[in-house]
Amino acid sequence: MRRLRALAKFFYDFVIGDDPTIAAVVVVALGLTGALEGAGEPAWWILPTAVVAVLGLSLYRAT
Amino acid sequence: MSRDVLLFVAVFVACAVEGVEAVTIVLAAGLTRGWRSALAGTAAALVVLAGIVAVLGPALTALPIDTLRLVVGGLLLVFGLQWLRKAILRASGFKPLHDEDEVFTQELAAARAAGREPQAIDGYGFTLSFKGVLLEGLEVAFIAITFGSNQHNIGLAALAAGSAVVVVAAAGIAVHAPLSQVPENTLKFGVGVMLTTFGMFWGAEGAGAHWPGGDGAILALLAFTLATSLALVAALRRRHARRHLPPAAATS
Repeated sequence: MRRLRALAKFFYDFVIGDDPTIAAVVVVALGLTGALEGAGEPAWWILPTAVVAVLGLSLYRAT
Repeated sequence: MSRDVLLFVAVFVACAVEGVEAVTIVLAAGLTRGWRSALAGTAAALVVLAGIVAVLGPALTALPIDTLRLVVGGLLLVFGLQWLRKAILRASGFKPLHDEDEVFTQELAAARAAGREPQAIDGYGFTLSFKGVLLEGLEVAFIAITFGSNQHNIGLAALAAGSAVVVVAAAGIAVHAPLSQVPENTLKFGVGVMLTTFGMFWGAEGAGAHWPGGDGAILALLAFTLATSLALVAALRRRHARRHLPPAAATS
């Protein structure tokens, strides 16, 4: 059980890291991209916009 | 062609950074606890890694390409943004530089403090090397498998990862000391930019988006991510300087 918990913690640190907001914003941005493309609208701009926003926000909060 | 070159460079640099960390730990274990245990730990970790790659590699390539791009692109993007965030904080002075000399000294002190056990294979040296090589090796494998399977060129990604590990290991053997000559934060900054770029490109493609200019958009995304990151470093450096002004200068 302790090993499983340690493994889960390792993967959490490995994938999510110090700021869970980053992972959350990436998931939402990918979902929005899929939804917009599904509706026939170009959505390539969503991820670059999300990257600037979340990186700026995360760094602002960290400093 | 340019996609293959970018793939090779991205995987090589990312894996070299992980290699530097693993070699530093093995050197610290080898110098303090004996090379036999350090090398045995390294070999055991490589066997476990080979098993993990043998199981995960084919499973990944069996997935539909769009699903793979969406999942892997998302993971790379999260992973890349984390690296970039840390590298920007270090470059702007808000976080201490990840100094391999310091890591080496810490590992050395911890290894010495643990005391040597009177046995052929020293448990501490073995575990230290095993852990270091397995964790850093998992990151190397993750990078090589995800980049390679996305580009349908696992062979090239594996070649880049293997070359990076060989080059770093050879440098470690040659200098026999921590690889502090490698400007680690600069490398990590570059890797963060590349992972973020590929993550955006594949993630959006996996979600059904079409990039203007097709594959050429990778270069535009690379320039965009680099420019954004450098601008953030510059802004945070100013912020850091303002925070650390002497009181008289701050009020004048």
